[in-house]
Amino acid sequence: MSLIVDSSPIIDLFKARAEAVSAQVQRVATKALAMELIVRLLHQESVADKPGSYAVWAACPMIGAGERRALESAVPGLRFDVTRELAAEARVGISQMDWALANTGTVVQTADEVDKRLVSTLPLLHIAIVSADDLLPDLSALFKQCDPRKAAYISFITGPSRTADIERVLTIGVHGPERLIIVLVDELEVAA
Amino acid sequence: MKKEFRQSIVDALANPNLSGALGRFSEAYRVGRAKAYEGIDFEAVRTDIAAIKSSAASHLDELAEKFEQAATARGTKVFRTNSPQAVKDYILRLAQERGVKSIVKSKSMATEEIHLNKHLEKAGIEVRETDLGEWIIQLAHQTPSHMVMPAIHMTKEEVAEVFSENVEQGQQPDIAKLVKFARAKLRPKFLHADMGISGANIAVAETGSIVIITNEGNARLVTTLPRIHVAVVGLEKLVEHFGDITPILTALPKSATAQLLTSYVSIISGPVPNTDGSPKELHIILMDNRRNEMAQDPRFKQALQCIRCASCLNVCPVFRLVGGHVFGKVYTGGIGTILTAWFGALKESSDIQGLCIQCGNCKEVCPGKIDIPDLILELRRRLAVEQGQPLIQKGIFSVVNNRRLFHTMMRAASLGQKPFAKEGYIRHLPLFLSGLTENRSLPAIADVPFRDRIKAIKQPKCAEKVAFFGGCLVDFAYPGMGESIVKVLNKAGMEVIFPEGQTCCGAPARYSGAYEVAAQNGADNIQALLAEDVKYVVSACPTCTVALKQDFIANLEAVGRTEELPAARRLAEKVVDFSTLASQLVEQGRLKFKAGIEPTKFTYHDSCHFKRTLHADQTPRKLMKQAGYELVEMEESDMCCGMGGSYTIKLPEISAPILERKLVNIEKAGAPLVLIDCPGCVMQIGGGLDKRGSKIKVEHTAQRLAECLE
Repeated sequence: MSLIVDSSPIIDLFKARAEAVSAQVQRVATKALAMELIVRLLHQESVADKPGSYAVWAACPMIGAGERRALESAVPGLRFDVTRELAAEARVGISQMDWALANTGTVVQTADEVDKRLVSTLPLLHIAIVSADDLLPDLSALFKQCDPRKAAYISFITGPSRTADIERVLTIGVHGPERLIIVLVDELEVAA
Repeated sequence: MKKEFRQSIVDALANPNLSGALGRFSEAYRVGRAKAYEGIDFEAVRTDIAAIKSSAASHLDELAEKFEQAATARGTKVFRTNSPQAVKDYILRLAQERGVKSIVKSKSMATEEIHLNKHLEKAGIEVRETDLGEWIIQLAHQTPSHMVMPAIHMTKEEVAEVFSENVEQGQQPDIAKLVKFARAKLRPKFLHADMGISGANIAVAETGSIVIITNEGNARLVTTLPRIHVAVVGLEKLVEHFGDITPILTALPKSATAQLLTSYVSIISGPVPNTDGSPKELHIILMDNRRNEMAQDPRFKQALQCIRCASCLNVCPVFRLVGGHVFGKVYTGGIGTILTAWFGALKESSDIQGLCIQCGNCKEVCPGKIDIPDLILELRRRLAVEQGQPLIQKGIFSVVNNRRLFHTMMRAASLGQKPFAKEGYIRHLPLFLSGLTENRSLPAIADVPFRDRIKAIKQPKCAEKVAFFGGCLVDFAYPGMGESIVKVLNKAGMEVIFPEGQTCCGAPARYSGAYEVAAQNGADNIQALLAEDVKYVVSACPTCTVALKQDFIANLEAVGRTEELPAARRLAEKVVDFSTLASQLVEQGRLKFKAGIEPTKFTYHDSCHFKRTLHADQTPRKLMKQAGYELVEMEESDMCCGMGGSYTIKLPEISAPILERKLVNIEKAGAPLVLIDCPGCVMQIGGGLDKRGSKIKVEHTAQRLAECLE
């Protein structure tokens, strides 16, 4: 395991395009480092076990029962039993995405399960985790892998929520999150 | 033209917020759009989109059937209808049966089209628009002024006032705070709504999927939180294959808002679980409302290729002055004019179709490859057939169409204007004509028209002959341009003849929808210009060139005079604009530039037809650079000057500010000379600069080139 990761054109492009639309991209080498980073972020955001300060994490392949217990004990107020009420009172939402698109700086997930959408729509900060292995060049590459017959709701997220409806002035954060942090993980294995 | 319509134009022009916001946006859009498309082959993308949508338009019912099957198999309820009333009744009945008390909506032009909100509100159901712009205009009881940015006509002060009056007192005109306020106030509406209503940007037949694109994230909430989701989708959103999404999703955000991709794209292909675990009730309404009828129309079928990006609004020199409300209550701008005529009634478009100046900007950027100006001309033609032409216009055409009478009148006018002409310009006209010289001077009508002057020019006898098509402006206002052309072509060893039988090119009639008149003009000219065996037919006016090259054929076809088409095609092959011919002659070594020409700075104005129909815009630039001149580009060099043929007479209120903007850009370029390849633009811009007392010279490329050759 190395802490210094090599640069590659597709990753550079993804990062540049995502940052151009006001997303933050944090690249880490392993799942363990990703979890460490997220715990740190949740502490920074003052996540706590009270309404308005929760963090909600949608069920995802990288988190098993063991990881879940460890994270819950590290961050009071971090909840995996996502409900509409909890998500509405959460400061941070976390979810694992299925793909990323380099040329638009987009993250994509099949989101039939409602908790996946709740955590990425209602809180002010959305942390999106994606594996570098799932980084694709563009839409055409994505549509070879992503089948609407197998997923009733496919979500594309490109930067935080935005509007320019008043005087054409770009304003970040309308109905969705006002911040998007993408955690790009080089080796993101599924939970044991 | 209706009095209220003219008043709406006057009101719009008098609103500095509107023209300021739209003007700034159109400038930023131009730059942003170009940047968004960097590295992308726009022509290839739009060719794909046009093919996909055109094929879909040919099979609307088939695709709707396929969509219904695929969606129904997944548990979606699909309702198909031609009738707007049936859509409204369906949604209201559903709402009542399910005990729906409040509805949240994300943006949907289809529901605007059928005025759905009013219908539901009348039945006591709360309907909340959640797109920020839509919410603002809903609160203010207004209609959208732009398809993508519905409240672009309002300032932050007005928005603060609307919020204060309708939601909560004391809102300040601070945009970030106003946006936060909207988030806070609409959030409970999302959480408590019983039904969400959305539109769709694309509907995929083979998978029964709808694609919804937003930036604010409201559509994700509308389709996630309420237990019922209803999507109202116009039939034109159908495509056959899932892969067809790619080019549309590539172009739509770039063309709409100059984004690589919007913040959110949702592809919904069936009901998903609600937050309480119950399955969501998903209804998709496929609404026809005359789209099938449109698909049957050989000309207007093309309009179904629209992906509703509104780029035709963003590049329109008229839209950026008057905004959307002048166009009507739902669809606005170029494509809006066409949609209003179909989804409303043809007569509803009778005034707004006149707003189009035929500059062709929209056609160039349309990702659906729709020839919007041509379809607006077709509306004009059908209106002229249905309602007849206005009386004054009829009078004008009867004169233009009678060559002798027209020429006699022009000569008489040359004498009659004497008291008003000074240094070749008319700066004031008496009484009812005064409007014509309010913002620019007019060229004086020549004492001796070109048709007579050419007889006095001693030309060398050459084997190669070229026929010159003068057109009204060169013949009667700028004979000097004609003389320059003779001079240049003589140097290349060509003799210029002026076939006496030539008459008006028919553009004024065509652009007013009077195709019978235009076709007759064409027929007369074909006969005159083919009478003698010439190598080329050359013109210095791009509108005339386009008429000779393309419109004669189209006009004859339109009125069924097919037996004359072969001659029209023979003529078309010989026709060339002056600069293109001159540049060929330079390349062949038949024209040589003088040595030691003083390097003079010039700026170049692109005439609409010259650039966007003839695609010759780089030719004169190159010629003059070869001559030793130095080009300084102006801002928006290819934006219309506001002349537009008779537009300047029909809508001087709009023509004048378009010209004003052009003059400012010319002055900012800082060159002492403007070159142009169109006598109409020379008249408009030259007159405008004269009226401002400017010293900048305005010339046709032919005039300057004639001075630069050996």
